[in-house]
Amino acid sequence: MTLIDDRPHSHGAGSTGSPAERFTSRNPEDFAQPSGRDEDWRFTPIRALRPLFEAFEPTTRITGDVEAPDEVSWSILPRSDERVGRASQPADRVSALAWAGAPQAFVLQIPAGAQIAAPVLVHGTVEPGQAYEHMVIEAGAGSRATVVVDYAGAATVAENVEIIVGDGAALTFVSLQDWALGAVHLSAHDACLGRDATLKHVVVNLGGELVRLSTTVRYDAPGGQVELLGVSFAGPKQHFESRLYIDHSMPQCASNVLYKNALLGDTSRTVWIGDVRIRPAATGTNTYEMNRNLLLSPGARADSVPNLEIETGEIAGAGHASATGRFDDLQLFYLQSRGIDAEQAQRLVIRGFFADVVARIGLPDLQQRIMTAIEARLGFAAAEPELETTS
Amino acid sequence: MPNTLEIRDLHVSVGDGADDLTEILKGVDLTVSSGETHAIMGPNGSGKSTLAYSIAGHPKYTVTSGEILLDGADVLAMTVDERARAGLFLAMQYPVEVPGVSVSNFLRTAATAMRGEAPKLRTWVKEVNGAMAALDMDKAFAERSLNEGFSGGEKKRHEILQLELLRPKIAILDETDSGLDVDALRVVSEGVNRVRETGIGTLLITHYTRILRYIKPDFVHVFFDGRIAESGGPELADHLEAEGYTRFGVNETASA
Ligand SMILES: Nc1ncnc2c1ncn2[C@@H]1O[C@H](COP(=O)(O)OP(=O)(O)O)[C@@H](O)[C@H]1O
Ligand SMILES: [Mg+2]
Repeated sequence: MTLIDDRPHSHGAGSTGSPAERFTSRNPEDFAQPSGRDEDWRFTPIRALRPLFEAFEPTTRITGDVEAPDEVSWSILPRSDERVGRASQPADRVSALAWAGAPQAFVLQIPAGAQIAAPVLVHGTVEPGQAYEHMVIEAGAGSRATVVVDYAGAATVAENVEIIVGDGAALTFVSLQDWALGAVHLSAHDACLGRDATLKHVVVNLGGELVRLSTTVRYDAPGGQVELLGVSFAGPKQHFESRLYIDHSMPQCASNVLYKNALLGDTSRTVWIGDVRIRPAATGTNTYEMNRNLLLSPGARADSVPNLEIETGEIAGAGHASATGRFDDLQLFYLQSRGIDAEQAQRLVIRGFFADVVARIGLPDLQQRIMTAIEARLGFAAAEPELETTS
Repeated sequence: MPNTLEIRDLHVSVGDGADDLTEILKGVDLTVSSGETHAIMGPNGSGKSTLAYSIAGHPKYTVTSGEILLDGADVLAMTVDERARAGLFLAMQYPVEVPGVSVSNFLRTAATAMRGEAPKLRTWVKEVNGAMAALDMDKAFAERSLNEGFSGGEKKRHEILQLELLRPKIAILDETDSGLDVDALRVVSEGVNRVRETGIGTLLITHYTRILRYIKPDFVHVFFDGRIAESGGPELADHLEAEGYTRFGVNETASA
């Protein structure tokens, strides 16, 4: 990739203007009407979102088809149930409206100690309309599981997702936005980690017109580790926005972020905001953030804003990097000079671009699905299976 | 069938726009046939890499006039990958890094493109492992990202590995000797010689004479200011070894 912009930021420099302390409330009226001048909304095409800024009567809802072993329990519960609302802390008006307006919640629980090898699959589909959604994914203490939620169909959805990882639990949670054309999805993920808990949180954006996903990570006890991975392929008239806020408030916790976006078409757009705060109590914190964007068309635009606020000197490590670049003519020349045709060469370069983040997801079927979807969008024929190695 | 690469009165410019072109090659004539090894020697900046890259079709260079023919076919009308599939191979002075693409995936993709079908896996593995062992390359090398973080010597070995696996008709080696220590130079030269013995034509570009101790040229051409200034047999290299490029007004030695 030819770098057009490589910006390692100085630590502690408040480059986003995001306030270190987040205002959160479950009352929508505590949030003003969003405007394009707000730090939180300035990258988002808010004109298209106006209907979401006032309470609406839901006209549709996501229906889920769950593939899970018997030990995993799931149910639709009233919002008033005690299992709902332990992690959600709405940080913007749409999230607060969704909290207030969601008629019920989908709650999926991995029992304490359960070791579930196969991924739990939740296929969500929706008929056109407007929906408020609420989802709770809870991994009980000491459990180990993978949960993949994928979204299909086209609707306007405002959503809150609670991800609760119990003491010593290890959860991989994948949110795969494979929406049809025209879908608008605003979602707030609130993750809470218990003592020595591990969360791998994966966001994959492939379809839809506008997806804005705000992920907040909080640590309830020391020893939590989170890996945040993102893969987006934005085509024409697609806007994919990822807003991360990692709140290190406990000692000996770690966070590692890798988000990669490829953009094709002059109206494709991605936004990545990576806010990390290390509070005075969070000694021994280790954090690293990386965002890379590959622009495949001249008018494509990727915004990337890492921001690190460090309030203690006793950390293990903190860093971030962001780079945006274009297809590298020389890479294509090198590959083609070995007889590989232009299309295959581009495919190799794009596969290579996503290779590290896709490999870190750790789910072969999903990895293959992601690469096949991306290559189909590039107009390439179905992907060949990964070539065997020579050793 | 013997193969012939003919370069006729080649003029090449470099630069961004049509108004901003600098002429680098100023009329190059050269014919390389199967079984022959031609050494091109010249001081820094004389245009050796420009010649090599122009034959391969590098996007930075613009051919303003002249011809390149491979067995009579117009190379300049071919895309970069068509030139490779027609039988031209360039071992580059500065191979390009392609992150995330493994050497093994790359080699197999390239071999598939060059041979028109995917090589049978079992024989392919043997072929690659054998070629790597002959070049003193560790097996683990195949899992690394293409050219990423390779040392200078690893890059050159990897270029010659490709030369052995892709079996071109005419090979162009651009300063394959630069940056190699004596052991690596010997191993890499032996690799080149194995391929030469199959009867291909070779264009060996170098600033220094030391690689010519291992790879014996049939013809030596002195390259200066964008054209061939003098041609002769191996004895011409001996002159350069003794005198350097001073005769051409450049204070550079040819024997390092
Ligand atoms: N992009 C460029 N713009 C202008 N001049 C260039 C450019 N790239 C190379 N050159 C010039 O072309 C000449 C030949 O370069 P090169 O072919 O690399 O020489 P060699 O391989 O013999 O050392 C040099 O004088 C170099 O400065
Ligand atoms: Mg050179």
